[in-house]
Amino acid sequence: MADELLIRTEELVKVFPMGRSEVRALNRVSLDFRAGEFAGLVGPSGSGKTTFLNVVGSLDAPTSGSAEVLGRRIEGLSHREAADLRNRSIGFIFQTFNLLPVYTAYENVEFPLLLLRVPAAQRRRMVMDALEWVGLADRSRSRPAQLSGGESQRVAIARAVVKRPPLLLADEPTANLDAENSHHILRTMAALNRELGTTFLFATHDEKVIAYLHRKITLVDGRVERDEPLTPAAGRETGP
Amino acid sequence: MIRFLCLGLWRDRSRSLFPLLTVVIGVMLTVVMFSWIKGFTENFLGTSARLGSGHVAVMSRAYAGERDQLPNDLALTGVQGLLERLHRDFPSFAWTPRIRFAGLLDVPDEKGETRAQGPVGGLAVDLFSPGSPEPAILDLEPTLVGGALPAGRGEVLLAHELASRLGLAPGASVTLIAGTMFGGMATANLTVAGTFRFGAPAMDRGMILMDVADARAVLDMDDAAGEIAGFFHSGFYDRRAAEAAAARFNARFASSQDPFAPRMDTLITLSGMGQFLGYMDTILGAIVAVFLATMFIVLWNTGLMGNIRRYGEIGVRLAMGETKGRVYRSLIGEAAIIGLAGSLIGTVLGLALAFYVQAHGLDFGNIMKNASLLMTTRFHTHVTAAAYVIGFIPGLAATVLGAATAGRAIYKRQTSRLLKELEA
Ligand SMILES: Nc1ncnc2c1ncn2[C@@H]1O[C@H](COP(=O)(O)OP(=O)(O)OP(=O)(O)O)[C@@H](O)[C@H]1O
Ligand SMILES: [Mg+2]
Repeated sequence: MADELLIRTEELVKVFPMGRSEVRALNRVSLDFRAGEFAGLVGPSGSGKTTFLNVVGSLDAPTSGSAEVLGRRIEGLSHREAADLRNRSIGFIFQTFNLLPVYTAYENVEFPLLLLRVPAAQRRRMVMDALEWVGLADRSRSRPAQLSGGESQRVAIARAVVKRPPLLLADEPTANLDAENSHHILRTMAALNRELGTTFLFATHDEKVIAYLHRKITLVDGRVERDEPLTPAAGRETGP
Repeated sequence: MIRFLCLGLWRDRSRSLFPLLTVVIGVMLTVVMFSWIKGFTENFLGTSARLGSGHVAVMSRAYAGERDQLPNDLALTGVQGLLERLHRDFPSFAWTPRIRFAGLLDVPDEKGETRAQGPVGGLAVDLFSPGSPEPAILDLEPTLVGGALPAGRGEVLLAHELASRLGLAPGASVTLIAGTMFGGMATANLTVAGTFRFGAPAMDRGMILMDVADARAVLDMDDAAGEIAGFFHSGFYDRRAAEAAAARFNARFASSQDPFAPRMDTLITLSGMGQFLGYMDTILGAIVAVFLATMFIVLWNTGLMGNIRRYGEIGVRLAMGETKGRVYRSLIGEAAIIGLAGSLIGTVLGLALAFYVQAHGLDFGNIMKNASLLMTTRFHTHVTAAAYVIGFIPGLAATVLGAATAGRAIYKRQTSRLLKELEA
């Protein structure tokens, strides 16, 4: 199970029209990720990190090439099938947290389960479990405006993992956080990776994040420039 | 999920308040406007029937042709027999003869010399016959300003303004000078029993109201009458039934060439207001359409702006695996909740206002001083069953349509773009 292939991209190309010319955001990217990885895409701004996550997360269709995620071919999915894949199998964490402002922490975490039609009793248990993982069970009734940035991002993590997706995509999750909060959420994610076997794929510039990574892929101008295994920094063990 | 929508609307009231207010105000205005126009029509029809010629009227063809000149020389004769036939053949109406005339009122002093004089319009109705419907139809008691109702022959009521102008008080004697049915001159000494004010300028400027038997005696109109008025027992004008009765009656005389043959006309044709009332219905439709369109445009734009503000939220929801269709439906669901609540509140407020004005009325006496239409100057709304839905349905429809149109933008945007909006 641990060595199961989770993501495979082959010659992935994404071109955005840009006035008369075009931007080649991804240029023949071929990468494999196995279940349980804790990997990160790094590289300068505009190198295609977010674009790669969006394609893998079925939010964007590739221009050419193929991406297979959890056994599904992304480029052939209809809107509905893509939504279904995200719904069941993929969690997203964003730089800007993106909690729904009118709902409490509890309700934000509950939302994906409502989409999955999880029965009420089970839903309640899963939401409270997820909030406990991130250490915010006591803030379940708070609204996003009443939470600090670090707490908001932890709620966003709880929301992403509450349905126990096999894959978690995190785009610059620490960019809006201070060092202490960054380490806090990274430790939380590392623990989830260890205990639940959740695969994490990051896009980041942040050295703090890189310190936790098990594998670092460097993108430059939409190309894979380096793909190297890392020995995670002290105080941390990750699977597989 | 409905719970989630309601929670969202309740907590983000800045998002729901403006559309809600738009719907409330639009629906309320529609309901009030609608009831107002209904009330206006009602007032016009009711007053015209009561003080004019009934819901339907039978006259001789010749009289009907020159009705505004009060040509009593062309009046119906053999009225008793005609009345009996009408009672028998058209039992859904109360039938009663009316005579209109014009004349001069002369006020003598102690020596019998003219002290004051003025033109009058006369309306003679059956005040005293047992079983006459007129006392109930005219309902004179509340219109009395001074004096009492006529209690016997030779007693008349005068418009209060006319009486004041001529310096007459109840109990005074007056002389009526008018033309008889055969073109002679008639005078009669009458007693002013009381003065009235109907609240309808056309009536209140210079009318004398008397019993039909007195009028017949004065005008030499034995067993004759200018018109026989028919009133629906229900008290309300029923256009279709009135037209059917008139058609049935007139069919009997279709082959007759006699200019004195009777013919029946309806309130709408007699008042010449058929077209006008038709316009009113068109205006009503236009008002509802304009409100609907305005609400729709406002709500559409509010929806567009609201959605732009919510692109981030929408992006996250899509990222979480909600389909665009589902997000779209939830936007419409929110709109439906707002539309439902707004239409409900608007209808309740509109009806409350309409019921208030129905009970108390608004007086337009000052601006209607010279009106010659038979209408009272105090206007009431009239709340009909339709008022309960006339605002509600467009209100709900406009909200839902507005959201449905605005929400289509979701489909036009790439999911990844929606997410980008919130990072910018
Ligand atoms: N929707 C789009 N339309 C046009 N161009 C786009 C779009 N999205 C991304 N791009 C372009 O594609 C390239 C890669 O963008 P991407 O967002 O993947 O970079 P990134 O590595 O995530 O950068 P950053 O570190 O700044 O987040 C950039 O040149 C960007 O301008
Ligand atoms: Mg990026």
